[in-house]
Amino acid sequence: MTTDVLIIGSGGAGLSAALSAKEQGADVIVACKSLPNNAQTCMAQGGINASFDINEIDTHISDTLRSSHGLGSEQMTRTMCENSAIAIEWLASIGVPFSLDEKDNLAKRFMGGASQKRTYYAQDYTGLKILHTLYDNCLKNGVIFKNERLLLNLIVQDKTVQGATFLDITTGEIEAIYAKSVVIATGGYSTVYHGFTTNGIGSTGDGIASIIRAGGVASDLEFVQFHPTALKKSSILVSEAARGEGGYLVNSEGERFVNELAPRDEVARAITREINNGKGVFLDLRHLRREKLTELLPQEMKLCRLHEGIDMATELIPIKPAAHYTMGGIEVNDSLETRDIKGCFAVGECSNAHVHGANRLGGNSLLEIIALGRMAGINASKFEPKTTAKNQEQLLKDKHFISGVYNFTNQINFYEKREFLGKILYHNAGVIRNEIGLKGVLAAVRQMQKEFTFMGISDKSKDNNTNLVEFIEFGNTLEVVEMLLVGALHRTESRGAHYREDFNSENETFRSHSMFWKEDGVLCASFEEAK
Amino acid sequence: MIKIKRFDRKKEPNSVTMEYPITEGLNLLALFYKLKSTLDPSLSFTGVCRSGVCGSCSVMVNGKPTLACSYTPKSGDLIEPLDYHPVKRDLIVDKTKALHTLNQAQTWIHKTNNIPRDTQNLHRIERQSNCILCSSCFASCPVMAVNSDFLGPFALTRALRYTTDSLELQPLDTLTAIQQNGVWDCTLCGECTAVCPQGIDPKMDIMNMRSKSVQNGFDDPTLANMSFGFDFTQGF
Repeated sequence: MTTDVLIIGSGGAGLSAALSAKEQGADVIVACKSLPNNAQTCMAQGGINASFDINEIDTHISDTLRSSHGLGSEQMTRTMCENSAIAIEWLASIGVPFSLDEKDNLAKRFMGGASQKRTYYAQDYTGLKILHTLYDNCLKNGVIFKNERLLLNLIVQDKTVQGATFLDITTGEIEAIYAKSVVIATGGYSTVYHGFTTNGIGSTGDGIASIIRAGGVASDLEFVQFHPTALKKSSILVSEAARGEGGYLVNSEGERFVNELAPRDEVARAITREINNGKGVFLDLRHLRREKLTELLPQEMKLCRLHEGIDMATELIPIKPAAHYTMGGIEVNDSLETRDIKGCFAVGECSNAHVHGANRLGGNSLLEIIALGRMAGINASKFEPKTTAKNQEQLLKDKHFISGVYNFTNQINFYEKREFLGKILYHNAGVIRNEIGLKGVLAAVRQMQKEFTFMGISDKSKDNNTNLVEFIEFGNTLEVVEMLLVGALHRTESRGAHYREDFNSENETFRSHSMFWKEDGVLCASFEEAK
Repeated sequence: MIKIKRFDRKKEPNSVTMEYPITEGLNLLALFYKLKSTLDPSLSFTGVCRSGVCGSCSVMVNGKPTLACSYTPKSGDLIEPLDYHPVKRDLIVDKTKALHTLNQAQTWIHKTNNIPRDTQNLHRIERQSNCILCSSCFASCPVMAVNSDFLGPFALTRALRYTTDSLELQPLDTLTAIQQNGVWDCTLCGECTAVCPQGIDPKMDIMNMRSKSVQNGFDDPTLANMSFGFDFTQGF
């Protein structure tokens, strides 16, 4: 199979890239591991930031850079913010039903960390409505979808991408899709914190792992944003609106212990300290009374009842912080091309375009996937490879690997390891970190990497084998987590979402990006000064 | 215990119903994951977001399409794959044909009006654009049993969403696309409305699409087929 532009991932970033590449006249294939709309984008409720005049753009840039704690690139942030008005106008023109104010203009609201109202929304379903509108437009424009394809590896020769290999989950066959250029839009890696994330089950950093295996570079993986209020048992998100409307955070002794409206990372740390001291933490909304709660937080009421068996009008809601968004990712240049692999672009949560730095400003993630997503599609469609060679070697290697997996001994249950890893990562490389904890988890991860071939699958079916899919995702998890831990260990300071209790302040010498790559299969890391 | 109808086309017999224990406090999707990771890794199902917005985990629970992530299992429940979708394995179904109805119905804006919407117009399409494409309505639709080419409820709701949108300058394109095996083939039984997890009312949307079709000069074939025992052409 051959195309001009291969896009891997069908969230907002992938579909924006697909549409803009198509507009340029390129043939486009979108390959995704489930169905096109089953992407993390649909879970974004809050909204999308946009700035319309020079003053707004300047404040947007300075808010974003402040939130990035010295790691945001002014150039890329400017590119994103300057393209924000075009992005939202484009979305509106293709049909996204944005909410309107009383004068029938697009409605906007404040989000945390913003010094101006600039977040546009479509009820509480901003991400869902954007994603589905993009999908409808992809159908209109004849974008080809290859559904239920799990990315295995990039096909790279002479440091230039030629396509990628996939497991066709339905048939169990391994296939190659060759392309003049590739856009990776596979989403973040919050799900490595298995059991402790607000994300869906598929955010396992597949694209990041593939870039590392292909000789590319990833960066800043230690920066993970934790949302303060996820339900204790299920990690389902309880929106910030619950605190915005006047909800209290209390510990098991009934004491309030933090200003509920402080920035996310501060609140998350305060909650974690309480939990580490053996106390439970609860969101208390009872004083808002049932009538008001039904009107203001109907979704949250339903989720609490369903996932926690709690009536928020009469009971305390047990909560914990949970991994929510990953700032680090595939290292890209100002054209979104990946470092060291030509013709390969990355965009969205899987990438590190240096627009979020050490912490992301609310409303910028949807903006990034649209504004930079479109840019990635255009740049990818313009890329002309020097040769149209089709290296078969990777395909053969991957066929060999997958058939090998069927013969792994399966003496160790990887599901147990996945659960254990999620737990130790959360407690030692989560909201509050220190050297001993990080070293301990890193040792455990390296042990699991050694044990990988003793794990395996017990479902030996060829077709529709989700046991195999989850096993490969776990392999990717182990790749990504190693980098996350090495970064967190070597960054002996606290900055943005990365907090070390043994180095609890920002250190100017670390105003730099952690970089990760592999040489002869061994992980290498260094710091590179931020621009 | 719950019962799960399992399917593997390579096994003989290819379909069996198996019993599994319930874990208190887990919704059905969380239970599937627990069973897969602790009891039977071959149990096959789909589910992504865990919170009711991605539309990937719908299954039949006691004959009714239901999002697994939004349902608390009860002892004796029978879980089956979605009706009217080819079964791939266990609870995984092939949604290709169902999703293709969106291509057939051309549910998008064909040509954009440059005048933005007003609030009134927005309110007429807001609920319809909450659709998560879970295919529950499609699986509940009895017309599928007699006409597998029927476009089905979610495509028709989406057709209403776009033809009503004041941004669309060419609503006739979508309207034309839904005349055959579309708006007139629905029996207005309301099953789709009853099962929608997003509170969308495809039955009402289809009735509105019928009015819209007639207003735009399309014939109502249900009238043409109606006979009251008189032959008007002969006069009295």
